[in-house]
This record gives sequence, structure tokens and C-alpha cells, in this order.
Amino acid sequence: MAQVSSISNEQSPTAKSVTLKISRYNPEHDESSQFMEFPVKYDQLSTFLEAILDVKKHFDHSVAVRYSCRQATCGSCGMIINGKPRLACFTKISELDSNVITVEPMNNFPVIRDLAVKFEKLFDTHQKIKPYLIRDDTELVSDEKEFLQTPEEVEQYIQFANCIKCGLCNSACPTMATDSSFVGPQALAQAYRYVADSRDKGKDSRLKIIDDSHGIWRCHFAGSCSQVCPKGVDPAMGIQLLRGYMLGFRS
Amino acid sequence: MPNDEHREGIGGMINPRRYGIERVAYLLMRLSGLGLLAYFIGHIYETSNILRGQVGWDDFMELISGTEGHIVMSIVIAMCVFHTVNGVRVMLGHGGVGVGKPARPDYPYDPASQNYRHKIGIYSAIVLAAVAMMYGLAVMFGE
Repeated sequence: MAQVSSISNEQSPTAKSVTLKISRYNPEHDESSQFMEFPVKYDQLSTFLEAILDVKKHFDHSVAVRYSCRQATCGSCGMIINGKPRLACFTKISELDSNVITVEPMNNFPVIRDLAVKFEKLFDTHQKIKPYLIRDDTELVSDEKEFLQTPEEVEQYIQFANCIKCGLCNSACPTMATDSSFVGPQALAQAYRYVADSRDKGKDSRLKIIDDSHGIWRCHFAGSCSQVCPKGVDPAMGIQLLRGYMLGFRS
Repeated sequence: MPNDEHREGIGGMINPRRYGIERVAYLLMRLSGLGLLAYFIGHIYETSNILRGQVGWDDFMELISGTEGHIVMSIVIAMCVFHTVNGVRVMLGHGGVGVGKPARPDYPYDPASQNYRHKIGIYSAIVLAAVAMMYGLAVMFGE
């Protein structure tokens, strides 16, 4: 394990210090991952993404991390922080109340380098469940101009429309930990999002897609996906409600 | 990295420390299921000894009448009760019963599916399993 000596930075005089243990791994020439320690200063509002960017600026610019919006909207900066999947831009260092914090790439995703992981499979499974409204007519040709919904109908799915495809739920899922063919909580929750939408007519085709031994039946309701979701989507609820449709508990 | 897909594997699947009591229940459900399966297979094998007549049956009864046999049987009782009670909770949840209703989430986003009803169900399963185990021990060792 390597350690980098501390340097002063431009933080406020009230800033505290924490040691970030960042997992370093380059699949092109490393056999295994190694942790590197970086002492960083932080204040009450500093996020992990800011700390990692500080590390890149002051210590080692080669630390690989994916990020974009810095405000929990793009879903790019998911990583394992102190053992749990979290968004780096949405997690304050002061929340964890620890002097040494480990930062690793998300589990159940192939690692590109260091903290950056591949999202291809996540997007593939998301696309597989047809994440769009299915119906014969469209708003463009319909006389109604738009498909009206009551507020109650919107409530049925709007929570699940908050998904930012960050992959934290798939990283926390115990089934994903061992089953490489499992569709995953992200895609299943999105299947519910469209099945519950009163404008959508594609329920049967979607249920057929997820009615598979590696589909919805592999969810065992551990609920870890819902606990780590940074947007309050609650995939576990969506999956159980969706299974309720399939078992005939719901209409 | 242990594998190309960076999966946590069985170690990550059975780690109960990070996600609260729901993940503990998930682990106990699997352990009790495997334990009951092992007991079921062993039970069929052992009871088949009755085909050997009175001697075979006596040998079998001797096996479960000792201290170790009683402890194993009490663990089986606990596994059976936990698996049953928690199984009812999980089956209801799988049907969408008691998992809450979809609603616009408010920060800090406490998941409605992890609500007090399910937590009560999990704790009830654990307590009932412990009580049944203690009752079994009292009956078996009280004689």
C-alpha cells in the first residue's frame, strides 16, 4: 500500500483531515487492485467527489473516476464508499464520521480503471425491458394532442421515473453478486415504471421479458437496492408490485 | 481483481453487516433453508433404518437421544420456525402486500418497502424461533 505525503491546500482553516484509501487497478497491467492512501482536507460540506478531485489535482492526476453533473443527476460517480454503494457527489465526508475511508469501484460491474466501471450491461438490461411508452397511436396523430392522466395515475409511477441509472442498486443486490445473467433491480424497477403508467399498453410484452429464471423470480426481496438508491426510487417496492401483477394479486 | 465482472461472489451475498436487518433475514432464510434441506435428506436416510427392524430403529433413536442429537434437533426447530414465519412475510411481500404504495419520495428517502411491518415480521420470526428452540431444549433436556 502506498502513501502520499500531505500538502497544504486552499481549504478553510476550520477544515479537518481524512485519509482516503482509494482502490487502484488497471486491468491492462495489474493483476489485482491495491489501495493508495491520500490525506485530504475537508469541511462540513465537502463531498467525496470533491475530495477525489483534490487528490487528482494535488497528488495523483492518474486516479480514474467518472463524473459529470456533481449534483446527483447524471448518475456517473457511483462507487463503494466505506463498504456501501454511494454517489460520490451526493455523499458528504462529514456524514461518515471516520478518519480513514475506503473508496472502491462498484461491485458487480467490470472495472475500466480505478473507480470507473463499465455500464454497458446496465444499459443493455435497461433497454431490454423497453423503457418507453408502447401503444399503437401517438401524441402526434391523436386528436387528443396529449395523453391525459389524473394526479393519482401519475403517483403510480412517478417515483420510479426518478431513476438516474447510477447502478448503485445493482451493486448492492445480493443476487447480482453471484448471478451474471440476472436482469437486476434497476431494469426490473423500470419495467414496473412503464407497466404502472396508464398511458402504456406494453404490459404483456414487458412481463414476458422479465418472466424468466434470471428475471423477476431471482429477486428475493433483500431490499438492499432500495437502501442505497440516492433518488428514493425504492426498486424493491417496484419489483414486488410488479410480481404482484404476475401472481394475480394486482390488476 | 478476482474476476472480469468484479462480482462480489458468495462472500458479498452472505455479508449481513451493511444493509440492516433485512439483509440479516435474507442470510438466515438461506441458511435455514439449506439446513432444513440437509435435515430432510438426513431424516429420510436415518428413518430408512427401520427397514433393518427393531435394531435399526433403536440405533436411530439412540442417535437423537443424546446431548448432541438434542442440540441438533433444537436447531432444526429454530430453523423450521424462522423459515416458516419469515417465509410467510416474504411471500406476502412478493405479492406486493405490505410493501407500501408508490409516492413522490422526500429526502432522506427512507424506502417504503423497508417499513416497520416487515421489520416487525423479521424480528417476530427471530424471537419465535428462539422461543421455540428454548421450548424444545426444555422438553428434550427436561425429561
